[in-house]
Amino acid sequence: MIVMFELNGKSVSARVVHPTSLLAMLRDELRLPGSKNACEEGECGSCSVILDGDLVCSCLVMAADVERSVVTTVEGVGDDGKLHPVQQAMLDSGGVQCGFCTPGIVMTAVDLFDRVESPSPDDIREALAGNICRCTGYGAILRGLEAL
Amino acid sequence: MDFVVATDLEEALDALGRGALPLAGGTDLMVGVNAGQRPDNVVALRRVRELRQRNGQRIGAGVTWRVIEDEGPRALAQAARTVGSPQIRNAGTLGGNVGTASPAGDGLPFLAAVDAEIELTSREGVRTLRWDEFFTGVKETARRTDELITAVVLPAALPGRQEFAKIGVRNAMVIATVACVVTRADDGTTTVALGSVAPTPIRIPEAEELAKTLSDPGSAALDEFQHLVAAGVRPITDHRSTEEYRRHGAGVLARRLLTRCLREGAA
Ligand SMILES: Cc1cc2nc3c(=O)[nH]c(=O)nc-3n(C[C@H](O)[C@H](O)[C@H](O)COP(=O)(O)OP(=O)(O)OC[C@H]3O[C@@H](n4cnc5c(N)ncnc54)[C@H](O)[C@@H]3O)c2cc1C
Ligand code: FES
Ligand code: FES
Repeated sequence: MIVMFELNGKSVSARVVHPTSLLAMLRDELRLPGSKNACEEGECGSCSVILDGDLVCSCLVMAADVERSVVTTVEGVGDDGKLHPVQQAMLDSGGVQCGFCTPGIVMTAVDLFDRVESPSPDDIREALAGNICRCTGYGAILRGLEAL
Repeated sequence: MDFVVATDLEEALDALGRGALPLAGGTDLMVGVNAGQRPDNVVALRRVRELRQRNGQRIGAGVTWRVIEDEGPRALAQAARTVGSPQIRNAGTLGGNVGTASPAGDGLPFLAAVDAEIELTSREGVRTLRWDEFFTGVKETARRTDELITAVVLPAALPGRQEFAKIGVRNAMVIATVACVVTRADDGTTTVALGSVAPTPIRIPEAEELAKTLSDPGSAALDEFQHLVAAGVRPITDHRSTEEYRRHGAGVLARRLLTRCLREGAA
């Protein structure tokens, strides 16, 4: 079946071979490999996207269920070739090492800063509870986001 | 493949009548799909407004943990705050938790503690089952496949004091080793409900009887209360914990929550 939805500000349609995840559709059908696949169990957060205004794990969304929805992925947060402030902060603080977790962390932080004007260090830590990073030990990520 | 994106209750019930599997937030169901399950008939419930409504004591099955965290009754909101991560709480629903009926479902001890009812709707009509009629075993319920869980119905008056806590290996993203809710009404009526220590959520009537006679948070009889809870649960040993640890944890947790209720009562 064909699913039509809004992806990063543009209408798109994609073929889904039921039943698969939004993550698989983004990566395999729509060729947007920014959202990462590390666990497919909702544990790591590296596949995080914003679906109809809510941060969710795209591996746990059924692809067919995004019909007529609005999806933002990490490819859609920057502005015309310019990095989003969250992305710049992660770069500046050294919060990116292998980079595998980075798209998920960026989406989580973008969502947090959209909802909360100046989040406290505890707010940031709680927001990141569902994002696993195996490289940085989180220190550089937290410093980067706390500086925003 | 049959996939219906239902926009109202009618459409959802029709699809269910044709054998569709309900999909709410997907946080349980999609884990199975990613592991290779291939349901060939699915009805998506995310857009069914009737399921997302909350009025008075009725919480629609499609209400997310995120909403319950902010607006639910105290002990259910406390439970909601411990579910998964922000991503999981944004998608996961109370109805999905009830539908999965995992012994570790964090919403279930509260439903047992307040004697909630589960509202089931099909094209044939509506019926409500008390929580202990609904949960029949590990991931087993009395729901027929053509029935939709439409709401959880709480009693008109909720106990004034209610506390939830769970034990797990970390502070977030953790499935409960033991979960507990203790409630206390002004007349001393106390309920004690636990999760992850039996095939379904359970109440401990002997401990409730004793607790009714207690009012001092420093009472020596709390030892006996703790003992009755530990003796009343039916835990197993699995990859997450042992029977002994769960039994011990159940007693400790219930005692701690009862003490909190009694302290609040005295204040
Ligand atoms: C990483 C991760 C962490 C988690 N942490 C926790 C936790 O801490 N505590 C906890 O309790 N759970 C946890 N869960 C499990 C899950 O998030 C919850 O059980 C959640 O409430 C499920 O809701 P859902 O809307 O996503 O359900 P879905 O996955 O959409 O559905 C679950 C089941 O219920 C059925 N169903 C859904 N809605 C209805 C309905 N209205 N009528 C009839 N049947 C229905 C479905 O067919 C399916 O069988 C976790 C899951 C993940 C992936
Ligand atoms: S791939 Fe989705 S949470 Fe890990
Ligand atoms: S930078 Fe490697 S996992 Fe986070």
